[in-house]
Amino acid sequence: MEVFTTDVAIIGAGGAGLRAAIAVAESTPNLSIALISKVYPMRSHTVAAEGGAAAVTRADDSLENHFNDTVSGGDWLCEQDVVDYFVAHAHEEMVQMDHWGCPWSRTPDGHANVRAFGGMKIDRTWFAADRSGFHMLHTLFQTSIKYPSIRRFDEHFCVDLLVHEGRVQGLVMIENASGEFRMIQAKAVIIATGGAGRVFRENTNGGIVTGDGMALAYRHGVPLRDMEFVQYHPTCMPGTGLLFTEACRGEGGFLVNRDGYRYLQDYGLGPAEPTPRNKAMELGPRDRLSQAFWHEKQKGRTVDTPHGPAVHLDLRHLGAKKLHERLPQICELAEEYLGVDPALAPIPVLPAVHYTMGGILANARTASSLAGLYSVGECSSIGIHGANRLGSNSLTELLVFGKVAGIEAAQYASQTPHGHSATLEKQADAIAQRALALVTDSGGREQLSVLRSEMAKTMEDGCGIYRLGPQMQITCEKIDELKDRYTRLRIADHSRVWNTEWLLAIELGYLLDVAQSMVYSAFHRKESRGSHQRLDGYEKRDDVNYLKHTLAYFNADGAPRIDYGDVKITRSVPGLRAYGAAGEKAEAERKRAGAGHD
Amino acid sequence: MTDEPRKIRIDVLRYRPEQDKEPVWEEFTVPFTDDMSVLQGLQYIKDELDGTLSFRWSCRMAICGSCGMMIGGEPKLGCKTFLRDYYPYGLRVEPLAHFPIERDLVVGVEDFIGKLETITPYLVPREARTLEEGEYLQTPAQLEQFLQFSSCINCMLCYAACPQYGLDPHFTGPGLLALLHRYNADSRDGASAERMQLVHAEEGVWSCTAVGYCSEVCPKGVDPANAVNQNKTASAMDYFLRFVAPKGTDK
Repeated sequence: MEVFTTDVAIIGAGGAGLRAAIAVAESTPNLSIALISKVYPMRSHTVAAEGGAAAVTRADDSLENHFNDTVSGGDWLCEQDVVDYFVAHAHEEMVQMDHWGCPWSRTPDGHANVRAFGGMKIDRTWFAADRSGFHMLHTLFQTSIKYPSIRRFDEHFCVDLLVHEGRVQGLVMIENASGEFRMIQAKAVIIATGGAGRVFRENTNGGIVTGDGMALAYRHGVPLRDMEFVQYHPTCMPGTGLLFTEACRGEGGFLVNRDGYRYLQDYGLGPAEPTPRNKAMELGPRDRLSQAFWHEKQKGRTVDTPHGPAVHLDLRHLGAKKLHERLPQICELAEEYLGVDPALAPIPVLPAVHYTMGGILANARTASSLAGLYSVGECSSIGIHGANRLGSNSLTELLVFGKVAGIEAAQYASQTPHGHSATLEKQADAIAQRALALVTDSGGREQLSVLRSEMAKTMEDGCGIYRLGPQMQITCEKIDELKDRYTRLRIADHSRVWNTEWLLAIELGYLLDVAQSMVYSAFHRKESRGSHQRLDGYEKRDDVNYLKHTLAYFNADGAPRIDYGDVKITRSVPGLRAYGAAGEKAEAERKRAGAGHD
Repeated sequence: MTDEPRKIRIDVLRYRPEQDKEPVWEEFTVPFTDDMSVLQGLQYIKDELDGTLSFRWSCRMAICGSCGMMIGGEPKLGCKTFLRDYYPYGLRVEPLAHFPIERDLVVGVEDFIGKLETITPYLVPREARTLEEGEYLQTPAQLEQFLQFSSCINCMLCYAACPQYGLDPHFTGPGLLALLHRYNADSRDGASAERMQLVHAEEGVWSCTAVGYCSEVCPKGVDPANAVNQNKTASAMDYFLRFVAPKGTDK
């Protein structure tokens, strides 16, 4: 097996991985970096983010506002010290992106413009039309080319970490084009592999979003935290789940039911005003909006589409000019995929799985419990999203904590010697044999696509917008069953060159482990909080018993072990989470009581 | 419009280097509905008919740039080309033209990526600015100068469309010349003199024979032909100025 030696290895070259690589290169130019990605970096799923990145910018805004929005938006399951760091470093990262060439949309006087976003009190979302993630990713990728210490391994698929003597020491990967195994010996490893939305059926995610890094860390004993919190984005395309950005509503769009009625006012988000007020109506948080859809569906007030009930995202009143300037990609998606011109007709939308709030347990500096292993981005749980992420906080997270991860990993690598290569190579050979067994062992009868769709179906049944204990129990059992059947997978392709069926099979293994952590974590949380809503006697938030992070520990022989960890609360004590007029009233009361600190 | 799936024939050019001496056509019949893309047709083949078919894809929404392929002889993104448009005759799907086939619909793109790395595809600030000083001021009109050219998703359809790239792979090619122009036209950037060396060179804009098919096939309206043309003008002007003011223009 070919062996490469590096100081810092980074798995995943989306926004977080690229930002981390640049941070290593800038902070410690003498360190070597291996940047590994199963696709070319600009294909990474950061590319699909549309709306923008949050950072306090306007004079009438404050870090305290961003902190309060984020912590209450997360239903108080956030690490408040980490949120403080996050909001304080957001703006400088936006400016850094500008200095690297990101084409941020501008105000007439040439400053970066900001737009409104759900759950955010003041407009603070930096944006590049509705292709913010695309422009950020390309800016980061192209900027990374400046640094000679970054060596890319594009289209290399990571199959396992090398762990020896209690610390991570590298990884084993497959070169997609040849099917050959390669080993990277590293002093530090950063996982930046993104989320796991493909665990579900209808989702906004690209095909590559399969939880690879989460599963890798998890299998090596690092807990996955808060995996039950899965975000449904309220405005997605029926059938495919493709995303219509929240910026549609940030720019003034309405959500209406079959009667043309702005139904969100019936779910504690009103009053309905002609222009949605921040933190009200269409600018409420995603969990509440997706839940409101569910209720409208129960009431039969949705419109029928070939892919099931939907509601309407009405942008007509924005006018063609504004739509094409601010939301060009939305216009393209609606016109080309649905045959709808949003200037003339409303777009049918429904909630689809969008984001995994939970992930690899990371401390405030991105370190995991395994020495030398760091994580950042959607795969990571550093603690800023709690039980529900606010739109436009995740792109900022990639930058703020991508930089932290790079600096931390660089420091660790600078102080750490390489381990014994021969031992690692032996381990790598064993890993390669296991990965090869998937394609060489025959006799299995289970079909890959069948297992994948059964997984997605049962996860949708058990871990949807609203959840029931008995149904989650069924999903737990179903995932256990699928994991068992996975051992009898039949792979038709026995070749090595670009064997994508083999890679899909490895991905399915990752997905199943992540799915298992999600459903078991959900089953054990006997309360309703943020995106985890139960209808079986646990409809209320229970701060006495569940103001806790869930920790799922991998168990090779069966169900994960579920444990709990403390939530870091520095100054915002859990309060009433309300939006619209009710939210304004609650905030005023908190201020009077002195609990809100401004 | 009908909800009942119809069936369509998809002929895919297969090449498995471990077993095929040369590319061979393989025929599949796929049930489809009106909203199904060619990519979804290929996914159906892979999931239900033949797991060995290899192709790249990810976002499904024409932004990641992975699924460029020849569909009915034209370079297109599989995810935003619809099966209904080829009914009832069926369609042929082939790997992107002008690139080496690695397997089935997967082509080698090292040439494109290698060239991308040589065009200084990043901002070299015209004037230094610290983070504390905030963002560079750039008016909407200045942004407009390059925004279109920054929308390239690197799908390489324009390379498959470019007859010149097909003849001479040394040509920098439409997409990357558009990207180069994107930085040169950015009011924050100060490295256009350096990039213009490449524009002037044999493999730069003067290789372009002004066919314009690149802009026609671009799925994002980038209009690389326009970028190339603007640089032909700039390059000619530079050339002319070198005689008028021999030391004044470069560097």
